[in-house]
Amino acid sequence: MPELGKYAFAVLGSYAATAVLVAALVGLTLWQSARMKRALAEVEARQGKSDA
Amino acid sequence: MSIWEYANPKKFMQTSAWALPWAVGLTVIVLVVGLLWGFFFTPDDYKQGSTVKIIYLHVPSAMMAINAWGMMLVTSLIWIIRRHHVSALAAKAAAPVGLTFTLIALVTGALWGQPMWGTWWAWDPRLTSFLILTLFYFGYMALWAAIEDPDTAADLTSILCLVGSVFALLSRYAVNFWNQGLHQGASLSMDKEENVADVFWLPLLVCIAGFILLFVTMVLLRTRTEIRARRLKALLARERVA
Repeated sequence: MPELGKYAFAVLGSYAATAVLVAALVGLTLWQSARMKRALAEVEARQGKSDA
Repeated sequence: MSIWEYANPKKFMQTSAWALPWAVGLTVIVLVVGLLWGFFFTPDDYKQGSTVKIIYLHVPSAMMAINAWGMMLVTSLIWIIRRHHVSALAAKAAAPVGLTFTLIALVTGALWGQPMWGTWWAWDPRLTSFLILTLFYFGYMALWAAIEDPDTAADLTSILCLVGSVFALLSRYAVNFWNQGLHQGASLSMDKEENVADVFWLPLLVCIAGFILLFVTMVLLRTRTEIRARRLKALLARERVA
C-alpha cells in the first residue's frame, strides 16, 4: 500500500466511490439484461419464435 | 459491406454477441493494469502529493462523460436523418453509462478539490457546465421513461440531445472560452509544457483506454437489452391482437 499521508481520505474515497458507482452500473446492466433475456425467451417459447 | 448493415437489429445482435466476450476481457485487463499501475507504481506529485492518484479516475471519467454525450449526439442524428432504430436505442443505452461517468467525475473532482482548492465545489465555468450536463443526462433518461411511444421518445430525446450538446462542448472548452475559474486546463496536451509528466501520462493513457472499453462494453450490452425489450414489446402487442 503506498503512503498516502494526509490525503488518504481523498484518494481512497475517490477509488471507493468509483468502485461503488461502476459496480452499480455493471450490476444493474447485467440484471436488466438477464431479466429481459428471460422474459423474451418465455414469450418466444410461447409463440414458437427464435431469439432475435 | 456497409456500416448501415449494423443498423439491422439481427445483424447487430450477431456481431455484438461475438464482440462482447472480447470487449469484457479487454476492459478488465486494461482497467486493472491501468489502475494498479497508477495507484501503486507512480510517485506523488511535488505539488499535489498523493492526490495526483485521483487523476487516473477523474480525467478518464470526465472525458468519457463528455464523449458519451458526443456518441449519443451522433446516434441521435442518425436516428433523425435515417430513422435507424438501433441508433436510437444505442443512444438510450449510452445515457446511464455516461451519467455514471459524470457522477464519478463530480465526486472525484470534489474529493480532489477540497484539499487542493480548499473547497468541494466552486461555480467555475467548467464545473457549472459539467453540472448542467449531469442534469441533461437525468432529463434525457427521464424523457425516455416518460413517453410510451418509442419513436416519439426517440424523436424528442434526440432533440434534447442536440440541445445538451452545447453543455457537453462547454464542459470541454469552458476553460479556454472564459479563461477564468479554478479548474485548470487540459491534463493531456500535445504541448509538452502543458501535458502531465510522462510518469503520470503513460498510466493515465492506459486508464483512459480502460474507461473507453468499459463504455463500449456497457453500451453493447445495454443496446442488446434495449433491442430485446423492443422485440418483447412487439411480440406482446401481436399476442394481444391475435
